[in-house]
Amino acid sequence: MEIKNASAGTFESGDIFIQIAPSTTSGVTIDLDSTVAFQFGEQIKRVIADTLQELNVTGVEVKATDKGALDCTIRARVTAAAVRATGVDVWK
Amino acid sequence: MSNIKDRAQLISEVAKRMNKNVYDDARTIKTISHKSELPKEVSKVVTLEEAIRGTGLKDGMTISFHHHFRGGDKVVNMVVAKLAEMGFKNLHLAASSLQDVHAPLIEHIKNGVITEISTSGMRGELATEVSHGLMDKPVVFRSHGGRGSAIATGDLHIDVAFLGASSCDPAGNSCGYSRSENAKSICGSLGYALPDAQYADKVVILTDDLVAYPNTPNSISERNVDYVVVVDSVGDSSKIASGAIRDTKNPRDILLAKQAAKVIINSGYFKDGFSIQTGSGGASLAAVKYIRESMIQQGIKASFALGGITAHMVKLHEEGLIERLIDVQSFDKVAAESIKTDPMHKEVTANEYASADEPGSATHFLDIVILSALEVDTNFNVNVLVGSDGIIRGAIGGHPDTAADSALSIIVCPLLRGRIPCVVDNVTTLITPGSTVDVVVTEYGIAVNPRRPELAERLKAAGLNIVDIHALKDRAKSIIGEAAELPFGDKVVGVVMNRDGSVMDVIKNIVD
Repeated sequence: MEIKNASAGTFESGDIFIQIAPSTTSGVTIDLDSTVAFQFGEQIKRVIADTLQELNVTGVEVKATDKGALDCTIRARVTAAAVRATGVDVWK
Repeated sequence: MSNIKDRAQLISEVAKRMNKNVYDDARTIKTISHKSELPKEVSKVVTLEEAIRGTGLKDGMTISFHHHFRGGDKVVNMVVAKLAEMGFKNLHLAASSLQDVHAPLIEHIKNGVITEISTSGMRGELATEVSHGLMDKPVVFRSHGGRGSAIATGDLHIDVAFLGASSCDPAGNSCGYSRSENAKSICGSLGYALPDAQYADKVVILTDDLVAYPNTPNSISERNVDYVVVVDSVGDSSKIASGAIRDTKNPRDILLAKQAAKVIINSGYFKDGFSIQTGSGGASLAAVKYIRESMIQQGIKASFALGGITAHMVKLHEEGLIERLIDVQSFDKVAAESIKTDPMHKEVTANEYASADEPGSATHFLDIVILSALEVDTNFNVNVLVGSDGIIRGAIGGHPDTAADSALSIIVCPLLRGRIPCVVDNVTTLITPGSTVDVVVTEYGIAVNPRRPELAERLKAAGLNIVDIHALKDRAKSIIGEAAELPFGDKVVGVVMNRDGSVMDVIKNIVD
């Protein structure tokens, strides 16, 4: 699967900005910067990883800048970024 | 037989018995120059450095400040910079509150100029650094009423108070506004500065508008003032309505405000002659707008509004819906202008406002208070000081004072702020005990303290959505998941005093 640089989301409070880039390794690496990292950092990373796994996206570096987004928002932003990165429309 | 010469012997004997001198007329000197020249001759106006030297300030002493300019304050940074330059060390800074703008204190703490802080609150970089263990001694946090009491009882002794004022005459009569053409700033009420002016050993007024004697009506009297220092600016008045105080356009805040208004109207306390206070926070301030209509429809007038007075309150007062305004702090410029011109808009000291030990303080006469919260727990305890990340980010203010003394305390907060839950199992820091909190209004329902079953019945009968506070907490958890434990260290960085002078909670440092 060819991966392009892509992003989704905003820096608004309650949102998350997801950037996806091709990785030299095969797995998924996640770099998270979150206003709620203390309490929810691991949970946010897990939601990002699970969403990418469901979409069969690997070999990517994810940079996530979180402003307290809920899980549903995180899934939506990761999905949108993945669709833009892979060119595979998962919504059809 | 009796003229004063005949009585000289007797006068002398009586004076001796009373251990007093005999009056000596030769010592009387009358000044006969035109009195308009006098203010120049007896002026207390000096430079800041002269004032500091004159007060006899020494290392280790306590200096105090007020926060009426909120985010626009310039006095704290200016004075502490001068004290640092003059080589002072180990000072205790006792401010009525501190804001984002006071980040320069970090350097003064690192350099040993300031080694102790007492305040109502703290925000921004300074608060973040303190939360990470910047200071060796914990910061002591008090409510506004608690601070007033502590100053009056001597628990918090102030050696030198440095108080910003928007006008002052050469004798020291000063206020939070100016009637002169050269007015540069305005902050309105000086309520939190008045205990300092009364009880501090030495008082220095800093002003950006030196006016002619007599600067009346004044809030601080010359009799409490030792020195007057003229500076370019004591504060940026445009920044008063900053920090926690804003006029909300947020639809969720408006929804919460409308719900809070319904609680008030159906609480049983909404009747002619009632009294009300709103805390800071968008929703609690906006609630006033929504009770106005019902006041007009039902012909109900309030006897007084208390506390941080806002433009909304002033408007209702001018419309005749609120008879009197009792103002310890003017929350915006409209309120500050009103206190200057309206005799029914009264300035009060922090003690008259909310002291627990003064039975006549205004909070004791308060029916309804609407307050905000960072967190409420299932025992109705409230935290307004420390964020859910363990970092200090707020201020106690009058929260516990008004909750404890009012007949009906209403907390308004959203269920979630982003991913941060506002209804939790246990508050991060205890500020206002649940025993004093009656109602919690969220967008997912209204919880009533089980101590107030009659109130729950009234609100239910009015068709409001009354829910168990545990249900609110569970709902929040179902949306956001389980939060991880905060990485607290072992150092105590803050102490929360109850308004009665007892220690209520401690704040531990956060380790990254």
